[in-house]
Amino acid sequence: MDFISLKKEAIAEWNDLVNGSVPAILVGNATCGRSAGASSLIEKLSSKISSKNIECKVIEVGCIGMCYLEPIVSIYNPGNPHFVYGKVSENDAEKLIDAYLINNEIVNENIIGTLGDTKLDNLNGIWETSVLKPQERLVLKNCGIIDPTNLNHYLAKKGYSGLQEAFQLSSQEVIERIKESGLRGRGGAGFPTWKKWQFCKDQQNDAKYLICNADEGDPGAFMNRSLIEGDPHSLIEGMIIAAYAIGANTGYIYCRAEYPLALERLRQAISQAEQNNLLGENILSSGFDFKIEIKEGAGAFVCGEETALIASIEGKRGMPRPRPPFPAVSGLWGKPTIINNVETLASVARILQNEPGWFSKFGTEKSKGTKTFALVGKVKNTGLIEVPLGISLKEIIYEIGGGVSADKKLKAIQTGGPSGGCVPASMIDLKVDYESLTEAGTIMGSGGLVVMDEENCMVDVAKYFIDFAHKESCGECTPCRLGTKQMLDILEDIVSGKGTMEDLDLLEDLGKGIKNGSLCGLGQTAPNPLLTTIQYFKDEYIEHIQNKRCPSKVCKDLIYYDILPDKCTGCHICFKVCPVSAISGYPKKLHKIDQSLCIKCGMCMDKCPDKFSAIEVYPGNKIAED
Amino acid sequence: MERSEVLKQFKPDHENMLNILHALQNNNSQNYLSEEDLKIAASYLNTTYSHIYGVATYYTMFSLKPRGKYIIRVCNSPVCNMENSTKVIEEIKKNLSIEVGETTDDMRFTLELSECLGKCEEAPGMMINEDVVGNLDNVDFKSIFDNYN
Repeated sequence: MDFISLKKEAIAEWNDLVNGSVPAILVGNATCGRSAGASSLIEKLSSKISSKNIECKVIEVGCIGMCYLEPIVSIYNPGNPHFVYGKVSENDAEKLIDAYLINNEIVNENIIGTLGDTKLDNLNGIWETSVLKPQERLVLKNCGIIDPTNLNHYLAKKGYSGLQEAFQLSSQEVIERIKESGLRGRGGAGFPTWKKWQFCKDQQNDAKYLICNADEGDPGAFMNRSLIEGDPHSLIEGMIIAAYAIGANTGYIYCRAEYPLALERLRQAISQAEQNNLLGENILSSGFDFKIEIKEGAGAFVCGEETALIASIEGKRGMPRPRPPFPAVSGLWGKPTIINNVETLASVARILQNEPGWFSKFGTEKSKGTKTFALVGKVKNTGLIEVPLGISLKEIIYEIGGGVSADKKLKAIQTGGPSGGCVPASMIDLKVDYESLTEAGTIMGSGGLVVMDEENCMVDVAKYFIDFAHKESCGECTPCRLGTKQMLDILEDIVSGKGTMEDLDLLEDLGKGIKNGSLCGLGQTAPNPLLTTIQYFKDEYIEHIQNKRCPSKVCKDLIYYDILPDKCTGCHICFKVCPVSAISGYPKKLHKIDQSLCIKCGMCMDKCPDKFSAIEVYPGNKIAED
Repeated sequence: MERSEVLKQFKPDHENMLNILHALQNNNSQNYLSEEDLKIAASYLNTTYSHIYGVATYYTMFSLKPRGKYIIRVCNSPVCNMENSTKVIEEIKKNLSIEVGETTDDMRFTLELSECLGKCEEAPGMMINEDVVGNLDNVDFKSIFDNYN
């Protein structure tokens, strides 16, 4: 079938789903939905529908971003408004079918809003809710809306029209379009995408390669996983356009093996594209050939670094090599190679699907477009968001995120994963764009955004990130291999009360040395989480070092548990649960903790009945204080 | 499946190295790469045993010792740690009576840690083979593990 007929058929299928005569139930069944029970919900819905003998489609969609409300269910009832519900249990789902599909009664419980053109006076459309309204969903526009396993759905939503447009242009003109859009690499560093492509295009060589880096490994990040699970064809389309621009006929997607569903979606999408002449030889009669192969990672974070990734595809240990030469000149098998991030490539598809000037309308002067973030940690509305660059952290955390969990006090925001840094709550008005974040000492990174509250100890957070970098260091260069180990040892000393004030200077010195001396991006950025916490939370380090107190009550050696005499009724529960028999006392008498025996496991506090709440944890050391 | 059948699915190119090692490991009933697996991969890819050994030991998802039918990978990233993954790990250890890196006597479960599984929206999280389980702060591990026989 030619592309025009294919598209026509796709649009008809889509219209039939949205405005047809048969009702449909759409269930968010990406990883977040699945872990909330969406797969069994789908089974339940299907059996209910067949037992009631009604006609209704059940369709799996990706994640709409509101992961905290999964499983999310949308219900299309012909001639009536479409509704979206959150946290839908199996019982709720049965109720929805009975009430709305059979009796046409609206169920108000767990409703998020309406979807589509028909609205109700007393209910927001979902795009008007506080979570979605500040967002601009350019890259994620199909996630949670279309069936990722159905090529027709993607085609009906302008899918592959960007590729069609690209084929009307010369490869240089495609690069110009990307230049005009202002798109910068979404993997973290923010290098202008067009410039990288131009280097590669200008190379004369018999073979060139395009690699999509889907080895998303930053702690706190899952943007790429969600995008692939919800809209895999947008990545494929972006890759074909990029390959056409640089002149590559072979592409690879290097995806981490921890993402089995994303891998399944990719395999399916590639085979659909192949069957419809969107991949393979003479794509859409353009004369351009392109094939894509999937390479699964095997659990090495450093393989997200481009030269290490290339080594991994070549069947070697995934270790980086010095640059230059940059991969655009000499990459995979020594051939010019472009490595782009998932979001960058999906953005490319959107840019070509729309008129020139569309993408650059969003964002700031130097940071154009939008960015997806995984909003996680101590925030009410965790999930995947997409915001115009230049938005403030405040809008992200308090409007989209709904504020800090349990309304606790915001302490810090971590961006950029192990390469980024922590900025304090006082910088909440900071704009989220490449320049502002760099100036604040952190980086945009690939999109992890971790919210921390007053209960998070910043020394402990720094220790965790340094521990991560140390474990994931490939060991090739000394500053990274040994420097991160030294930093970790010093941090261990500080959290166990053995730190000295000189340690802080040493950490800063070491940090600078590791940044300057390391071979690849992992080492060059590994000290950032530590250095920014020293920069912004020095008082907390000093408390640990000089006063041997962990103010956030996290570091075990710098806290103690105690029984409140006016609250303890002698119920004896703590006595029974203490694993080291550190608690003494007879029933109905005041109990006491022997601090020299206590291992600070916190079990006594957990088990002390809420009505008594007689055990408290304090910063410092009781023996010293007594 | 015979090892040769597994290998047949891939061209003998070095770029298929990781895919081949994954396939051999998945095909091994004890979920690991045996010496025989590494040897046959080396000869298929026309390379040395030491090269394959170097690759297999570099990546954390390959194991050179037998493992259980189900690999439990608990996420130990800073985000999951903020949500108390340490306690989750302790509870799983207690529930299965094994330490991290060990396998239960009945060869059903092996407990491993992961630096980040990318399931941060429902932290703390874990994977049991390819299944994802999130929000582990208040779950009954026994009833979860009972589903895996």
